[in-house]
Amino acid sequence: MMPELSLNILDLAENSISAQANFVEIILDENIKDDILSLVIRDNGKGMGDEFVKQITNPFITTRKTRKVGLGIPFVKQITDLCEGELVITSEPGQGTELKASMKHSHIDRPPIGDIVSVIHTLIVLNPHIDFLFIYKVDNNIYSIDTREWKAILDVVPLNDMNVQKALKVDLLSGLKKIGRSLI
Amino acid sequence: MTTLDELRKLKEKALDDLKTREGKASAKITVGMGTCGIAAGAREVTTAFMEEIQKRNLKDIIVAQSGCMGFCEQEPLVEVEKDGQKIIYKKVTVEGAKKIVAEHVINGNVVGDMVFASEEK
Ligand SMILES: Nc1ncnc2c1ncn2[C@@H]1O[C@H](COP(=O)(O)OP(=O)(O)O)[C@@H](O)[C@H]1O
Ligand SMILES: [Mg+2]
Repeated sequence: MMPELSLNILDLAENSISAQANFVEIILDENIKDDILSLVIRDNGKGMGDEFVKQITNPFITTRKTRKVGLGIPFVKQITDLCEGELVITSEPGQGTELKASMKHSHIDRPPIGDIVSVIHTLIVLNPHIDFLFIYKVDNNIYSIDTREWKAILDVVPLNDMNVQKALKVDLLSGLKKIGRSLI
Repeated sequence: MTTLDELRKLKEKALDDLKTREGKASAKITVGMGTCGIAAGAREVTTAFMEEIQKRNLKDIIVAQSGCMGFCEQEPLVEVEKDGQKIIYKKVTVEGAKKIVAEHVINGNVVGDMVFASEEK
């Protein structure tokens, strides 16, 4: 198990990257009013067939050659099971994959969100050729960052440029602060 | 949120900085980001590399990520590519990351006691 949900997010995004996605959406939604926390990760990677998706929460399912078990998705399934939520994965070969994990926000076993700023920052900076859209909602307050908008203006300056790295961090930190999530 | 105007200024600043240095990266650091790597602390190690590079203002170092490298019990694994040589470090910690930057990336001395494997190109 991962001690923070943000680490599961990093792990799931790595699945999208391994599936050759060039656009990854990460939507974190804390609906405190209805006591639901949901996470959506959507990518345009190579996708999976129906039979494969059905078995994917089983740890013995992996297409990786390096090890016989894949634990990333079973970890998330374990969390949603424990926290009275559900994990829904829909995928279309050649089109992409959507993973939706929901859980009871106030559930005692729900892991903390953790250092999501570092995770999103790391994903963007370490994968400058992949586009990311990150949306974080806390009830009606929304923060979002879309690297496609940054790239449109930055042009030849890559997202892993040192000046850009700093600016991305500032954007994430101040944006989360505005929605009341600075110290998680 | 960063405004369009701020982004435009950011671009000018970055382009200015780009002019004053050469194009080629002098080292590439790749952190294994499979499930085991992440569980063993790969995120913290990556952040440490990024902060260290930022702090020392090393503009020609690339930090990248890879999937599972297949040696879960040795995670976090970090590959450093420099001067035509690849070194894979095992069980890298935040302290280890700082050491790798100071000794290997900057001074070209491989950190012997942390090496998992090496490969000449
Ligand atoms: N977003 C995705 N797109 C395509 N295939 C995926 C995606 N996520 C997971 N998979 C497939 O499911 C398998 C199991 O994933 P996971 O549980 O994270 O373990 P691992 O990544 O270690 O194999 C992967 O090996 C891959 O084949
Ligand atoms: Mg995985």
